[in-house]
Amino acid sequence: MIPNDIKITPELIAEHGLKPDEYQRILDLIGREPTLTELGIFSAMWNEHCSYKSSKKWLRTLPTTGPRVICGPGENAGVVDIGDGQAIIFKMESHNHPSYIEPYQGAATGVGGILRDVFTMGARPIAALNALRFGAPDHPRTRHTVSGVVAGVGGYGNSFGVPTIGGEVNFDESYNGNCLVNAFAAGLADADKIFYSQAKGVGLPIVYLGSKTGRDGIHGATMASAEFGADSEEKRPTVQIGDPFSEKLLLEACLELMASGAVIAIQDMGAAGLTCSAVEMGAKGDLGVELDLDKVPCREAGMTAYEMMLSESQERMLMVLDPAREKDAEAIFRKWGLDFAVIGKTTDDLRFLIKQHGQVMANLPIKELGDQAPEYDRPWVATPKPANLAPSDVPVPDDLAEVLVKIVGSPDQCSRRWVWEQYDHLIQGNTAIGPGGDAAVIRVGHSGKALAFTLDVSPRYCAADPVEGGKQAVAECWRNLTAVGAEPLAITDNLNFGNPEKPDIMGQFVGCIQGIGEACRALDFPVVSGNVSLYNETNGKGILPTPAIGGVGLLPDMSKRATVAFKAEGEAIVVIGETRGHLGQSIYLRDILARREGSPPPVDLAIERRNGDFVRSEIRAEALTAVHDVSDGGLYLALAEMAMAGGIGARVEAPKDIPLHAWAFGEDQGRYVVTLPEASVKGFLERAAKSGVPAVRIGATGARELTLDGCNPISLQRLKDAHEGWLPAYMAAAPAEAL
Amino acid sequence: MKSAVIVFPGSNRERDMLYALEKITGEKPIAVWHTETELSKVDLVVLPGGFSYGDYLRTGAIAARAAIMDDLRKKADQGVHVLGVCNGFQILCEAGLLPGILVRNSHLKFVCRNVKLEVANANTDFTRKYAQGQVWRCPVAHGDGNYFTDAETLARIEGENRVVFRYAEGTNPNGSLNDIAGIINERGNVMGLMPHPENEIEPLNGGTEGRNLFESVLEAVA
Repeated sequence: MIPNDIKITPELIAEHGLKPDEYQRILDLIGREPTLTELGIFSAMWNEHCSYKSSKKWLRTLPTTGPRVICGPGENAGVVDIGDGQAIIFKMESHNHPSYIEPYQGAATGVGGILRDVFTMGARPIAALNALRFGAPDHPRTRHTVSGVVAGVGGYGNSFGVPTIGGEVNFDESYNGNCLVNAFAAGLADADKIFYSQAKGVGLPIVYLGSKTGRDGIHGATMASAEFGADSEEKRPTVQIGDPFSEKLLLEACLELMASGAVIAIQDMGAAGLTCSAVEMGAKGDLGVELDLDKVPCREAGMTAYEMMLSESQERMLMVLDPAREKDAEAIFRKWGLDFAVIGKTTDDLRFLIKQHGQVMANLPIKELGDQAPEYDRPWVATPKPANLAPSDVPVPDDLAEVLVKIVGSPDQCSRRWVWEQYDHLIQGNTAIGPGGDAAVIRVGHSGKALAFTLDVSPRYCAADPVEGGKQAVAECWRNLTAVGAEPLAITDNLNFGNPEKPDIMGQFVGCIQGIGEACRALDFPVVSGNVSLYNETNGKGILPTPAIGGVGLLPDMSKRATVAFKAEGEAIVVIGETRGHLGQSIYLRDILARREGSPPPVDLAIERRNGDFVRSEIRAEALTAVHDVSDGGLYLALAEMAMAGGIGARVEAPKDIPLHAWAFGEDQGRYVVTLPEASVKGFLERAAKSGVPAVRIGATGARELTLDGCNPISLQRLKDAHEGWLPAYMAAAPAEAL
Repeated sequence: MKSAVIVFPGSNRERDMLYALEKITGEKPIAVWHTETELSKVDLVVLPGGFSYGDYLRTGAIAARAAIMDDLRKKADQGVHVLGVCNGFQILCEAGLLPGILVRNSHLKFVCRNVKLEVANANTDFTRKYAQGQVWRCPVAHGDGNYFTDAETLARIEGENRVVFRYAEGTNPNGSLNDIAGIINERGNVMGLMPHPENEIEPLNGGTEGRNLFESVLEAVA
């Protein structure tokens, strides 16, 4: 029996985020009252963030395998074969709650955490992206959050030395009290030199690496598993502080150490710090773990076992080491000026044994800590299917050109330059397509190969119809990769939702997963890693369902890649895919008419695949000069973006069999705008017809203005001013009342 | 040409620089760890970009006092060519090898974008492959690139034609005095600049005029 100095009261249990029945489960499991340290360990392991207790049942339905998948979900990140003995290792993870409480540090440590997930597996990070969602622009806190989050993402990634090459930035009032910061990272490794967290061998040293342990971030994961109330400011001390300099040293030291052959297993200390990493390594290897906390490098004196086990201090790793190589390993870490301490060993008794000052502070069954975490089949109700909205039910604007200028300069569609210029997107010298295109492209080695990356989701679609919205998120991701010429390989998903204890929210989650699964299966686009963030609610109000999808694609020959910019005057403009004029849930409806109605555009996955495969084959045959997917804002926005990027205008004519406003702003899926020399249009259209792909020539590039059917010409300068103007002006405006 | 790249903890464009040097000079440069005390015999020593020591005190301030810096000073006195890029430029200023200082960008944000650089002095060992007044595109990526010095020093370096590169066509990204992007020492063998010529060397980068800088040194030491 371990002496228990502190009485475990129902209040204490509740403070640890454990429900009474969950506490009973602990009592049944260990047959006695837990110590405070043990209660803390259970709370760390069994919170939603670490245990996936509400989502596990549904996550199992996702396809996670494929011919190129080396390692799917369950490790620090997913691993996908990219040929030539190389693998890409990637994952996306949320840092929503910390980023709202403390935007700079929350975002910075989100980036740090995901980078660590990638290099823990032996990969050198080559790309970072992030999907950011903020409250309404007129909410008093939004500007402050945007400014801090963007500076934090940049502050960490720039110093660490990874190019931040893309992502999403969107605004919606549902994020007023709960911003989303989803950080994605990808790293490159040799396919036969990947490091896993599974410990192997009894009696081997467990080594602590990296920065010292402090009192920061204690219970961060528990905080992230609860809703926000009016007291969210008080949670500031649960946010960790990032040190990108230490992380950079940790990267170099880890890669050097891995190359030396000394590493048997390695796990980064992320959420729930030492607890989660040690338990995972032991449990995966069917081994016990014994730790002596007196050996843990600490930043401050007098830290208790409870604090050490729950600290989320950043830039730390845990490793099982080949004992014969201990001296070499230590020398490498000393060279990089980092802490290196043997703090325990693997055992054969399957216990998680924590000692401090010679006393046992915790003694728990290691497998059950993870495996026996509660799992819930939460009640859910399907989101009612909204009725379709016919174009005839949507007013025709007086002037389509004015509508386009407004959309081009709206908060969600304007240029994100203000954001990505604060990110070093060129470091490493491999950026072939930087931020602002359909997908970013990074050169890999010097064989001509490259990888494409994109993050996508349309939360308003997911809210209206979670199944279709989930499908659409995957389809758009697949389409964006295709639009640069890449073969889509696999995705990571970052599922951000409200409180799963509410059946309607759980219904959104279940629906989105269903849609994501369907799309991934139809497109052979498996999920190899991911993260779930629930309880994104403030004062009882949930965010829009936001399952962000991060996709990776392969370009075997980088010279055959496409970009959105118009390249030359006098080229034909062709729309690939069928335009029906779907205005339900469109940007036109929401941002021009202030209506959020109708069903989102349906995704036909077979058609999506057929159209995309055709476009990709044409890019690879070098038949196309520019390619852009059609998504938010429809055809006119796509054309405007291509024109602005290339500095070349266009003249287009609409078909007569469809209402003009629906043709212009409808958001039908599975479409691309492409350009090609006039001389090759005939052959191209024939090839499209042979492949069964709808393709219509709608006009030609030329001049310095956009002449759209039914509109006065709009100068590119006017479009650019609107497009580039909004975000800098918004951020430069007088800050809101101090918060 | 034999070259060396000094690596400090927190350097992060050293790999870009090593790659560029090898590609352009045809010889593999050596990477020198900051704790070493002697540089081998080389024609060019480069201090690369990054965040040495996290830039936690002042950019470049800690690195300027690293063990290797004594020998770097010696080599510079002997006429060995020394190039500092971005954080390397900041370190050279902190080490007193170049006059002035790089302070926080005037808009207080990190900035990564392509700027236009005007070759203000094409008669240096680092710029002879450019034409005088040539304007070329080059990326910057920094939070502290705002060149500052006292009026007297500024007048001196301008008078001595020691401003080598200037931001042109209104592209000054950081508020630096006189649009200064890069300067050289009196003797003409130590140069620092904020932009990254090592990231503008092949078609993938969207331009190759960064090569001229390295090719100029190559020619000068030949």
